[in-house]
Amino acid sequence: MRFAVLVKASKESEAGVLPSSEMLAEMGKFNEQLAKDGVLLAADGLQSTSKGARLRFDGGRTTVTDGPFTETKELVAGFWIVQGKSKEEVVERFTHAPFDGGQVIEIRQVFEAEDFGENLTPEIRNLEERTREHIK
Amino acid sequence: MLSSRGFPDTVVDSGDLHGTIAAIWRIESPKLIARLARMVRDVGRAEDLAQDAFVLALSQWPDEGIPRNPGAWLMTVAKRRAIDQIRRDDTIHRKNERLAHELSVSESEADFASSYEEIDDDMLRLMFVACHPVVSREAHVALTLKLIGGLTTAEIARAFLTSETTIAQRIVRAKRTLAEARVPFEVPTGFDRLRRLSSILETIYLIFNEGYAASAGEDVLRPELVEDALRLGRMLAALMPDESEVHGLVALMEIQASRMRARVGPSGEPVLLLDQDRSKWNRLLILRGRNALMQAERLTGSLGPYALQAAIAACHARAATPDQTNWQCIAALYDALARRMPTPVVELNRAVAIGMAVGPQAGLDIVDRLLDEPTLQTYHLLPSVRADLLFKLDRISEARAEFERAASLARNARDRTFLLARAREGAQKDLSDPLP
Repeated sequence: MRFAVLVKASKESEAGVLPSSEMLAEMGKFNEQLAKDGVLLAADGLQSTSKGARLRFDGGRTTVTDGPFTETKELVAGFWIVQGKSKEEVVERFTHAPFDGGQVIEIRQVFEAEDFGENLTPEIRNLEERTREHIK
Repeated sequence: MLSSRGFPDTVVDSGDLHGTIAAIWRIESPKLIARLARMVRDVGRAEDLAQDAFVLALSQWPDEGIPRNPGAWLMTVAKRRAIDQIRRDDTIHRKNERLAHELSVSESEADFASSYEEIDDDMLRLMFVACHPVVSREAHVALTLKLIGGLTTAEIARAFLTSETTIAQRIVRAKRTLAEARVPFEVPTGFDRLRRLSSILETIYLIFNEGYAASAGEDVLRPELVEDALRLGRMLAALMPDESEVHGLVALMEIQASRMRARVGPSGEPVLLLDQDRSKWNRLLILRGRNALMQAERLTGSLGPYALQAAIAACHARAATPDQTNWQCIAALYDALARRMPTPVVELNRAVAIGMAVGPQAGLDIVDRLLDEPTLQTYHLLPSVRADLLFKLDRISEARAEFERAASLARNARDRTFLLARAREGAQKDLSDPLP
């Protein structure tokens, strides 16, 4: 199973404050252990929402709004994709993540093919056929 | 479920605690066993000590809570027990006193945290011991999954569709053999190192293939085994960053695993590479595979068998559609692979590539040279490949007979159904489009 671990934004991350070198060193060590245990698939930090944008889809209309966005706690500031045999395993690994000061991270399971079941056919298959035509 | 593990039934949120402790075992037990094996010089005894520490944890943690650093807690408990055991042996043998003393000096949590590098060395030693030539290949697989992968005996048994008793006995016997042979707890050097590394790689790839191309049973895929093999491969790559073939194996597994979603059709049947819906290929795994392949290439001028196979897989991954496949490149890589690893199975794969790069007749010429090969007599892919080439040459009735023969040899139920369907496809073509 794969899991996404989402790092929630904070006032600091939204203000573009960079992590201290101690924090970076600690995080480096933490990530190194994930890699050594063979479970780290990807990880990245995200810049503040002031450099991002939002797209809203409604009744055929798309509205684009530039950042920054205000509801800090709802925003994502970084992520990991890790492999694990259970949610508990990922929770256990990330209890040792070097965070403090009320920082929140959220663990979410990634959909695997079998989770989609019947939903993957047949309309989506048709769509994929069309996509492939475009690639050609 | 919890009470069977010896928990009191009053545990708060017991489901979580059970899962958490199982997770801690999976994460910490390999490091624990590796470190203890170096202390007591016996993998079996090390595992017993680690398990004893867990039994203590199971009785204490539900009441006292899980310690902040469970790994350090377990290590401290297990080391103490190891020292007790060594002392007990001492009173009988009156030796090893200095060893026991030295061990007792380094017990603190700080010591555990600061000695990750040493743990890396111990993990690598443990991998070499688990795949030692004095025990069988089957035992390599079981020991590796149990000791380094942190799987339980029940999980291994389930993955290999066999009974827990069978796996448990296999592991007990293997550990006894290792102890009796006094296998040293060390990383071999020189020529022995390469020879024994290849046995570790083979073990990991066996695990991968059992998950990716299940040899028996109803399902084509067992994703958990694929993930375990990937995890083990990545662990080994972190421990031996300078070995090209380790990265080669990781690259091969990542790229093959990227196709898992596309490999099985709606009713569970296998889908051949060229018929796969490429939009279902996992781009992240392809990217990881390519990066690992680049590592492998950076470390050597002449790629080993795993890296060559990874390069072939990468060629397929690069093609957005099957007709964009660079078969010339793949055929050349197979030529190189056949020189490095001149086995009948590689030759059979080369025949497929040549069949695509040059034409079906050229492929068939290679396959026909393999017909008397004793090791391929019961291998369903030989008639299957031959049938496909015959089909392309419009030799339909011969193709049908070969598909039927392939189906009769396939051990996996899904493969059998698939091959019989192809035989029928041949029969239909035979009727609607009779040969002159």
